Amino acid sequence: MRQITAINDFVVKFANVNGSGSASANELFARAILRMGVPVSPRNIFPSNIQGLPTWYEVRVNEKGYQGRRGGVDLMVSMNPQTWDNDLKEIESGGYLFYDNSKPLPASKFRNDVTPIGMPLTEICNTTYSDPRQRQLFKNIIYVGALSALLDLDPKEIEQLFTEQYKGKEALLQSNIKALHLGRDYALKHLPCPLGIRLQRADNVGDRIFTDGNSAIALGAVYGGASVCAWYPITPSSSVAEAFIAYCKKLRTDTASGKNKYAIIQGEDELASIGIAIGAGWNGARSFTATSGPGISLMSEFIGLAYFAEIPVVLVDVQRGGPSTGMPTRTQQSDLLACAYASHGDTKHVLLFPEDPTECFELTAQAFDLAERLQTPVFVMTDLDIGMNTRLCRPYAWDDSREYDRGKVMTYERLDAGADFGRYLDVDGDGIPFRTYPGTHPTRGGYFTRGTTKNRYAQYSEAGPDYVDNMQRLMRKFETAKSLVPKPLLYPAEKPARFGAIFYGSTSPAMQEALDTLSEKGIHVNALRIRGFPFADELSDFVASHPWVFVIEQNRDAQLKTLMVTDGKINPARLISVLHYDGTPITARFIVEQISRHAGARSVVPLKKAVA
Amino acid sequence: MTYLAKPKLHHPSLAPNAAGYTRRDYEGKISTLCAGCGHDSISASIIQACWELDIQPHRVAKLSGIGCSSKTPDYFLGNSHGFNSVHGRMPSVLTGANLANRDLLYLGVSGDGDSASIGLGQFAHCIRRGVNMVYIVENNGVYGLTKGQFSATATKGSKSKRGVLNPDEPVDLVGMALLLRATFVARAFSGDKKQLVPLIKAAIKHPGPSFIDVISPCVAFNNHEGSTKSYDYVRQHNAAVNRLDFIESREEITADYAPGEVINIAQHDGSQLRLRKLAADYDPTDRIKAMNHVQERAAAGEIVTGLLYLASEAADLHQYISTVDTPLNQLGTKELCPGSAALEKINAGLR
Repeated sequence: MRQITAINDFVVKFANVNGSGSASANELFARAILRMGVPVSPRNIFPSNIQGLPTWYEVRVNEKGYQGRRGGVDLMVSMNPQTWDNDLKEIESGGYLFYDNSKPLPASKFRNDVTPIGMPLTEICNTTYSDPRQRQLFKNIIYVGALSALLDLDPKEIEQLFTEQYKGKEALLQSNIKALHLGRDYALKHLPCPLGIRLQRADNVGDRIFTDGNSAIALGAVYGGASVCAWYPITPSSSVAEAFIAYCKKLRTDTASGKNKYAIIQGEDELASIGIAIGAGWNGARSFTATSGPGISLMSEFIGLAYFAEIPVVLVDVQRGGPSTGMPTRTQQSDLLACAYASHGDTKHVLLFPEDPTECFELTAQAFDLAERLQTPVFVMTDLDIGMNTRLCRPYAWDDSREYDRGKVMTYERLDAGADFGRYLDVDGDGIPFRTYPGTHPTRGGYFTRGTTKNRYAQYSEAGPDYVDNMQRLMRKFETAKSLVPKPLLYPAEKPARFGAIFYGSTSPAMQEALDTLSEKGIHVNALRIRGFPFADELSDFVASHPWVFVIEQNRDAQLKTLMVTDGKINPARLISVLHYDGTPITARFIVEQISRHAGARSVVPLKKAVA
Repeated sequence: MTYLAKPKLHHPSLAPNAAGYTRRDYEGKISTLCAGCGHDSISASIIQACWELDIQPHRVAKLSGIGCSSKTPDYFLGNSHGFNSVHGRMPSVLTGANLANRDLLYLGVSGDGDSASIGLGQFAHCIRRGVNMVYIVENNGVYGLTKGQFSATATKGSKSKRGVLNPDEPVDLVGMALLLRATFVARAFSGDKKQLVPLIKAAIKHPGPSFIDVISPCVAFNNHEGSTKSYDYVRQHNAAVNRLDFIESREEITADYAPGEVINIAQHDGSQLRLRKLAADYDPTDRIKAMNHVQERAAAGEIVTGLLYLASEAADLHQYISTVDTPLNQLGTKELCPGSAALEKINAGLR
């Protein structure tokens, strides 16, 4: 039988039952590989459920550092009989199947092009442990031990991780080490160690950090100066607020008084959450909420109010598939249009698109400056793939000389000196008016906040010209936003390229790999990664300089393309959509296949060559 | 409504209060509500209460939702920041504003449509969180701005102006406020300013969630025979449990009352509430008894008014979540940003 052989370049997928404690064992496996200097990118594939349903953890090991989902599985760690048949199908020809053979299985349950590696895990657990919970939990550690032998994973790295995790808990530390070696020793004695796919120490991790996007956003909010957070639990965004709570406890407790330099409210729903965030923004505190698509729908009325009343607020949208139940634990980029034009009336909003946890941190911190500078809602558009999976990424960095940009705020001194204050008055042409915080001055600067019925001095007005005047100023403000949002980044091809490709957000790792693969195949593509909306002029220049431009998205309706055409005034004839929306993260294989097909059809072969 | 603006010239007899403001300084824009609207009387009572308490107008933030009542913050305290937010959502916006700056005084003005229908959830959750605010519902049992539909506080069987009988049970906001532990609960009638002004003053001074349900007749759509929110009906069925004299701490209580006629309650800031009893054995410090009394009298067709409940110990959201004394909106980069050294440690923990 042919067996896949590869060093530091393979995919291991764990098929587990949720609630069985497998998540921490699987993450241990991934972290130990990182400690050997070999990049990994794990992905959780989990159901909308707490206990009993199938869950998977897919670890891509790749020395080059490609972190997109590859597609296909080289080694399946099959711990869930419910999903056995489908899991078996997913293994690449020549791959391996690690399973529990405590009970014999019929030959029909195997494939003749996949090497089976059976280990009596249940039997080992039952003889070693009497407590049912221990049997379950240590079974996970035992298979990690076995994998360490099968894949040449250094057990010292795993032990080191245990030591860090169970600092001061000697009993737990020893029992985990014992379970690890129980599995490892059995494998070394009875199984064909190592397999054709295996690890080798490398030096490709460097100073990078391993974290998830939701934690990164929470930390970005702490560094960006958010002091009020209101939220309502919704997958996949809940861990943003939970991480914010944890980071605030560590980093925002006033040392003298022991009191909190933050306020976090779990709202009764998304409407209250955005209402609280808007109230705080109106009153001069940096505030945010974190939610997902359904939450954006619920918040939409308020988002419009914040747009018209010009209130700074940051919304984090961790995107997921579709409405209500079913796809909430799967990833998509399908809220772009819902967020860009959220609410009734003529509204447009600033969107930011981070590619990984590091950018989640950076762009979230920046979002608070943008929101206060522009006095408007700013959306951080991430998704489940970035938000709830750990990624290897650049370490966080912060410039200590950086001061928050609080925007145009009229002070007591200026009011007292008789400055002309009109809440909706454009004083310098950038469309952004001055605001006052409530309570600033006894007789000047007070105003009544409303949606649209107002003039430049915030007086009640239903006059058409006043409305139009205000709406045009808001347009100017949106133009100003163009120059403030992060610019798109160009990834030029090595050779002159006729094709362009536009992508954003979590597509990034798969895209980088796809560009390399395409280049090896002789298809050269210049790529542009969008990081903000409204679009900078670089976008239209990029499209104009290529006969064809692929727009790669993780949604059905080509939402970024729609925005490019309607708001960026880009000719749709040049744009070819590459769309992936089954709820799994996009893969390099998919992108390569799609672009190759389109490129093949559009490549002009010189006549001489064609007839020869 | 008043069509002519009163001249801004101050009459010499308009004495300034201790903060240096005359009563006129607490006024706002000219009301655009109907002549005789109960809401205008409430606005006048708010103006009177703030003037008497020597409040600096700019230290008040007045927030509202949508509806006739929610328009009123434009008609008082013209130098205060106001926020006419979205329908039924004043409580959340006010909660956020309060979190951002705990030093201002928060006045939430809402109506029965705003708070008992679309905003019932926000009303309830704001009360149970204990936001330090004065929450006034201008309750007329009807949607005025959309011309006369029943609201959720309309009594079952009461008749609309078009002669339709209301088939639904009413939402009892006072009952809910008591249940959810507002620490100050009152009900008043907009037609009785002597009752309302001291209640608003006491609510402002109360350091926790204060709720006042003010029955405020709608002269355009709900002041007819068959309505239970008309001037006539409320006057006939008003069963006041007490009459409040709000006394500031510096004043000495000298009035002489027979034993059992008066209850004195000290507020957190040292100010005194003197309640003259109108209903025998009514104890406004006993929440359970207050709930029973209000329900009993309601079943008998009476509208119980007065200071219905006052908790002896009050606290607010800021205490519950232990925020720093400095308003959060005054914290800058130095106080909020943990800096690069802390970030390096975080990086180290993620490797």
